[in-house]
Amino acid sequence: MEVRVANVRKEFERFPALHDVSLDIKSGELIALLGPSGSGKTTLLRLIAGLERPTKGTIFFGDEDASQKSIQDRNVGFVFQHYALFRHMTVADNIGFGLKVRHGAARPPAQEIRRRASELLDLVQLSGLEKRYPAQLSGGQRQRVALARAMAIEPKVLLLDEPFGALDAQVRRELRRWLREIHDRTGHTTVFVTHDQEEALELADRVVVMSQGRIEQVGSADEIYDTPNSPFVYSFIGESSCLPVKVESGEVWIADRSIGLSAPHAASGDALLYFRPHDVELLDGCSGCIAGTVAASRRVAGTRRVELEIGGERQRVEVELPVDHPAAQKSRVAFRPRRWKLFPASEPGKAS
Amino acid sequence: MADPEIKSYEPHHESQSAAVTESRPVRIVAMAVAFAFLAIFLLMPLIVVFHEALAKGIGAYSEALASSDTRSAIRLTLLVAAISVPLNLVFGISAAWAIAKFEFKGKAFLTTLIDLPFSVSPVISGLVYVLLFGAQGVLGAWLKAHGVVILFAVPGIVLATVFVTFPFVARELIPLMQEQGNGDEEAALSLGANGWQTFWYVTLPNIKWGLLYGVLLCNARAMGEFGAVSVVSGHIRGLTNTMPLHVEILYNEYNAVGAFAVASLLAGLALVTLVLKTLLEMRYGAEIAATRGH
Repeated sequence: MEVRVANVRKEFERFPALHDVSLDIKSGELIALLGPSGSGKTTLLRLIAGLERPTKGTIFFGDEDASQKSIQDRNVGFVFQHYALFRHMTVADNIGFGLKVRHGAARPPAQEIRRRASELLDLVQLSGLEKRYPAQLSGGQRQRVALARAMAIEPKVLLLDEPFGALDAQVRRELRRWLREIHDRTGHTTVFVTHDQEEALELADRVVVMSQGRIEQVGSADEIYDTPNSPFVYSFIGESSCLPVKVESGEVWIADRSIGLSAPHAASGDALLYFRPHDVELLDGCSGCIAGTVAASRRVAGTRRVELEIGGERQRVEVELPVDHPAAQKSRVAFRPRRWKLFPASEPGKAS
Repeated sequence: MADPEIKSYEPHHESQSAAVTESRPVRIVAMAVAFAFLAIFLLMPLIVVFHEALAKGIGAYSEALASSDTRSAIRLTLLVAAISVPLNLVFGISAAWAIAKFEFKGKAFLTTLIDLPFSVSPVISGLVYVLLFGAQGVLGAWLKAHGVVILFAVPGIVLATVFVTFPFVARELIPLMQEQGNGDEEAALSLGANGWQTFWYVTLPNIKWGLLYGVLLCNARAMGEFGAVSVVSGHIRGLTNTMPLHVEILYNEYNAVGAFAVASLLAGLALVTLVLKTLLEMRYGAEIAATRGH
């Protein structure tokens, strides 16, 4: 099922949680809503589910306007961060709940419900635990049961709110791979919320990066990482360094030195230069480069992270050096970013 | 607090470090004071009740209980409890539901109102009904014109009892429901359950022990209430006399056996309540809210 979010705004007691958000989700897609807390990602998910009503705007399921439908009628599978399993019901009863509460002819006979529950338990690799209670399961098992329960109603869309947020790192990685497999096998249109970029980039077909109630960028993991379209995305995804620079006659300058980067299309004036600390070219001499004094040097796994003070204003940036690189021993390091991007200096944090 | 080396963690939750443990004589004195207090103020009266009730033998005791006025007092008490407890069950669940699960204007005010009966003297709450429904009261003339009798009759007693007992269920459920949050209900709704199914299959099972606990306390108070009921009842024997009122009347008539016989029933109710309450707390302590104030 295709889901289209069209110009949705959501306010909580006059406080805007989402500003005019639009998003197209393709049928069968696995999509991640990624952002820091307060970015509106969970609000967006709950709006799609029908747990909240938009203040303005429309949500379409296929061609149908779903925004005025109640959550019961939207037929979505929702998985909660803290599982929200019914503690007084067995695993099988939890999974069968959505079928049991149906009315009239839509409600399968008890035997059929039991069969479906067992089938889904097989799918989530928990066969044989039908009679257990949620309290008798580990966190990872509970989340699998929650997913099976959501899938039992054959939802049009599967929505997961920080599904692995409450689990420890090991289980998280395992469940991540497993969710991808389940998705590939069942083909549900799936939206999940996370604040863990590794999770989002690894798992999702497309990642929606959100900040302060707005969508900053939508794209594949490669697009998001390699061509961030805003300072926020640059600094939020992966590591980044940022330097205040000047653009003049198509060249990038720090103070009165050209740093050897040409930006023919950039507007002249103050700008911010963003680059990845590991994506730099180290240079020996320095004409047309960024040079700085080593202020601190740390060993991080296989590389050395060097903090440099640049220019008279002692602006600090980080670059990554190979461990055995001679530059690591020096007090001055010169480099030039290989891949970089300029953003106007006037509105830090906003999309440009 | 204590030296970290002697401070013991799991699994000896209850054990205390040496630094905060008093010497043996002090502990013995403290316990002795507590037990002496309990014996004098709680156990002795209880013994006296049963002793006096049975002073003239079991025959006199059962005869006292069999008198028609006593029987109608028992019936009335049961009737009042049978009406006011379910009313407060419904009210308590609704109020707790509203307060714990929704945000609305006047929520803090409603929460305070629920506690009102605890802070107002029962006699005053009875008196309010007299001022409201009495012959000279605000609604008195209208009620009389329409032939509705509230004061000095069963409706008045029920009203007073409902008022006095209405915090019990709500107070028990609010913290419990707040702690549980909306997650389970949202899950049920997302799975297609309607409001009633969600309440019946999800909310109610989650709160059932807390609810039972609240109902138990509510019932004990409903049957034992004296002050508010005394003001609105009119003390008409055989008609508007509840058990606690009947005890007083019998006692004032120097009918010690009768008074204590009825009192023994109330004491028995208290004991049963106490046992059930303790069992509930032991078995489902975690599922009952941590408010053991009453």
